[in-house]
Amino acid sequence: MNDATQRAVPDRLEGRWTSYLKSWETLLVAVAVFVFVINALSSPYFLNAWNLSDATFNFTEKAMIAMAMALLIISGEIDLSVAAIIALASTAMGVALQYGAGTPELVLVGLLVGLLCGAFNGWLVTGLGLPSIVVTIGTMSLFRGIAYIILGDQAFTGYPPSFAWFGQGYVWWVISFELVLFAAIALVFGILLHWTSFGRTVYAIGNNPTGALFSGVRVGRTKFILFLMTGLMSGIAAICLTARLGSTRPSIAFGWELEVVTMVVLGGVSILGGSGGIPGVVLAAIIMGLVTFGFGLANVPGIVMSIFVGLLLITVIGAPMLWQRLRERSA
Amino acid sequence: MLHQARPATADSQAPANEPVLALSGISKSFPGVRALSGVSLELYPGTVTALVGENGAGKSTLVKILTGIYQPDEGAIRLSGDEVTFPTAYDATQAGITAIHQETVLFDELSVAENIYLGHAPRGRLGFIDRGRMNRDAAAVLKRIGAAIDPDARLRDLGIASKHLVAIARALSVEARIVVMDEPTAALSYKEIEELYALVERLKAEGKAILFISHKFDEIFRIADRYTVFRDGECVGAGLISETDHDALVRLMVGRPVGQIFPKREAEIGEPVLTVSGYSHPTEFADIGFELKRGEILGFYGLVGAGRSELMQALFGVTRPSKGAIRIGGEVAVIRSPAEAIRRGIVYVPEERGRQGAIAGLPIFQNVTLPSLSRTSRQGFLRLAEEFKLAREYTSRLDLRAAALDRDVGTLSGGNQQKVVIAKWLATSPKVIILDEPTKGIDIGSKAAVHEFMSELVAQGLSIIMVSSEIPEILGMSDRVIVMREGRMVGEYPREKVDAETLVRAAAGIGGNDAFRK
Repeated sequence: MNDATQRAVPDRLEGRWTSYLKSWETLLVAVAVFVFVINALSSPYFLNAWNLSDATFNFTEKAMIAMAMALLIISGEIDLSVAAIIALASTAMGVALQYGAGTPELVLVGLLVGLLCGAFNGWLVTGLGLPSIVVTIGTMSLFRGIAYIILGDQAFTGYPPSFAWFGQGYVWWVISFELVLFAAIALVFGILLHWTSFGRTVYAIGNNPTGALFSGVRVGRTKFILFLMTGLMSGIAAICLTARLGSTRPSIAFGWELEVVTMVVLGGVSILGGSGGIPGVVLAAIIMGLVTFGFGLANVPGIVMSIFVGLLLITVIGAPMLWQRLRERSA
Repeated sequence: MLHQARPATADSQAPANEPVLALSGISKSFPGVRALSGVSLELYPGTVTALVGENGAGKSTLVKILTGIYQPDEGAIRLSGDEVTFPTAYDATQAGITAIHQETVLFDELSVAENIYLGHAPRGRLGFIDRGRMNRDAAAVLKRIGAAIDPDARLRDLGIASKHLVAIARALSVEARIVVMDEPTAALSYKEIEELYALVERLKAEGKAILFISHKFDEIFRIADRYTVFRDGECVGAGLISETDHDALVRLMVGRPVGQIFPKREAEIGEPVLTVSGYSHPTEFADIGFELKRGEILGFYGLVGAGRSELMQALFGVTRPSKGAIRIGGEVAVIRSPAEAIRRGIVYVPEERGRQGAIAGLPIFQNVTLPSLSRTSRQGFLRLAEEFKLAREYTSRLDLRAAALDRDVGTLSGGNQQKVVIAKWLATSPKVIILDEPTKGIDIGSKAAVHEFMSELVAQGLSIIMVSSEIPEILGMSDRVIVMREGRMVGEYPREKVDAETLVRAAAGIGGNDAFRK
């Protein structure tokens, strides 16, 4: 060991800016700029403040969930029931509407159903010790199944205008309420993950749950809180989406769990847990929003977008693993 | 009785038959550790050779070389006189070497016969597995080892002992001349052990050469014909069992001047800090009671599986005991989680460093501060400067060698990882620090640093519980030694009144129940 002669161990070898430059986030910024430029060159309608504002609705609701999902995946768990929670929360709000609930009650119902679903997932995983991927595939069917039973092929409509503001309102000029809400949520989760002891324990658990437990980390409690947060974010997304669409159908937000997970993984969070960060996931959300919008402007059918998301998910999960294997072989 | 140690190569006994397998000058190093240096071993047909040595003496490394899992750095393997190499486990099997390991990997969802013949099942004409023949052959092998097990049964429906017999049947299902048995009786009950001895006799009669690794002296003297003793990766003696006895073997195993490499300094021993009484676990340990005093190093010696780690993990709140009480500083304490143990001042440096101790993917400083985050943070917000300060303070006290404190712990050597784990606990200002095999698998230099540091800690008024399977370490460092066997305390000795022989006898259960002498 050549460092054996060195007595004092320095805190850091390279400056923080150097490590930022080498990071995945820098690559994502480049990709975002690239997609933006391509969109701007290929469509005359792209560079318009109102069009760009519309584009943000492609990702804000999913990205809100992705913030909480990022923490959950970093901790080594996953929640595939998020889109089903939206369906159930939206249905519950619809039912509440039938019973004459006003906007504050509707919001409360949405948040509460999200929290309850998250608590149920969290209890199954941390209380009973079941693997989260299986648990949440199960609750994915369960939650949406309940929504289908209540609604059949009906739809709830007639949400009050004050409620619609959560999905259609603008805070200032082209800046929508959803965009502001997403920015606030991203800020909260970014601070929580990167600047608090709670965030540190999330990384520790994702890296080595046994080691974290043996270091005095309350592993079960932390994971439960993360499921609760993911449920809550799904509830918030349900409020925004229901308000934006103005109606509830049982098929609402169908397949969103895949897009949310893709955002998180594209954002640099390892699907195996332990690494990644909020800035990357925010950038990934923007990229996916821009690509969706670009496809829309170019009149690409929705199914192509679905194919694109599938390929992207496989690529971003597979590429780091292939890279690792290549490096091991050459070493 | 005095026994002359002599190397195994030039055997003056001039055996009646030639060795079927002869290893000579075998060396094997791992980063930082020389596991084997120039060892020799000979196995004769129809003969049981016992391989004895302390934990870490290099026995398992030798077995892995014999079975093609490791390649020796130096030395030659001769099979019936011809020099051979075993690049893979398959080659070793082809050469007629089979092994019954301590922990065998079997497949719960497969049938007994499938487990026995996995990888070498008899094939029919079209290349499909010939199930009828496989079941008949499996039944024959099971019959040969005297196991009444249905070859068609699913493995998961069998008990532990029967699974072990299936593993033995698997090892014997290949045509083998040499059978390696690595602590084969460790998981068996009394009756099954008798059956295993009968099997060994039958294999002997069939002319197989058997290498028998065991810590149990009574069984070595009962079934072995020859012995070879390893110590610190070297071969320190070999010969015929009929020409030696318990005492001579124990002396060969541990015979090394104790006290030179383990600098325990005198520390003032004060009032009791931790009192454990009637502590029991449903399966792992029973009726444990001891007192740990301020400034004391209390050693726990025993064979692997004696329940020492399980006891320590219960004290640390990882598992729950079924009975018994702990008092910390005179106050009754119920510890339900590691977080609670840490708050009460008990910390645990686990044996499995990679899985339980260090968090390899996190930087050094974050590992150190993980249990102390409430102190380095303010209202839940991290303060990196405080974290670096704390990490710097404790890692420098342990003389950590690393490129920088923001490097991942996974990039460090075993010894330095251990220093990070110890630094992590010291930063919590504990009262009692439990060290489970603190120097297992780390290099000599780091070992000395860890021992030196233990002396320093007790001098500062900490109390240490040290679980160790290395006798010199136990003798060199402990003020008092407790020996455990099969989950129970079988002896407690003050420093002045204990020697290596006593420990080995108590741990292996030689010489009845006279071990308690204070």
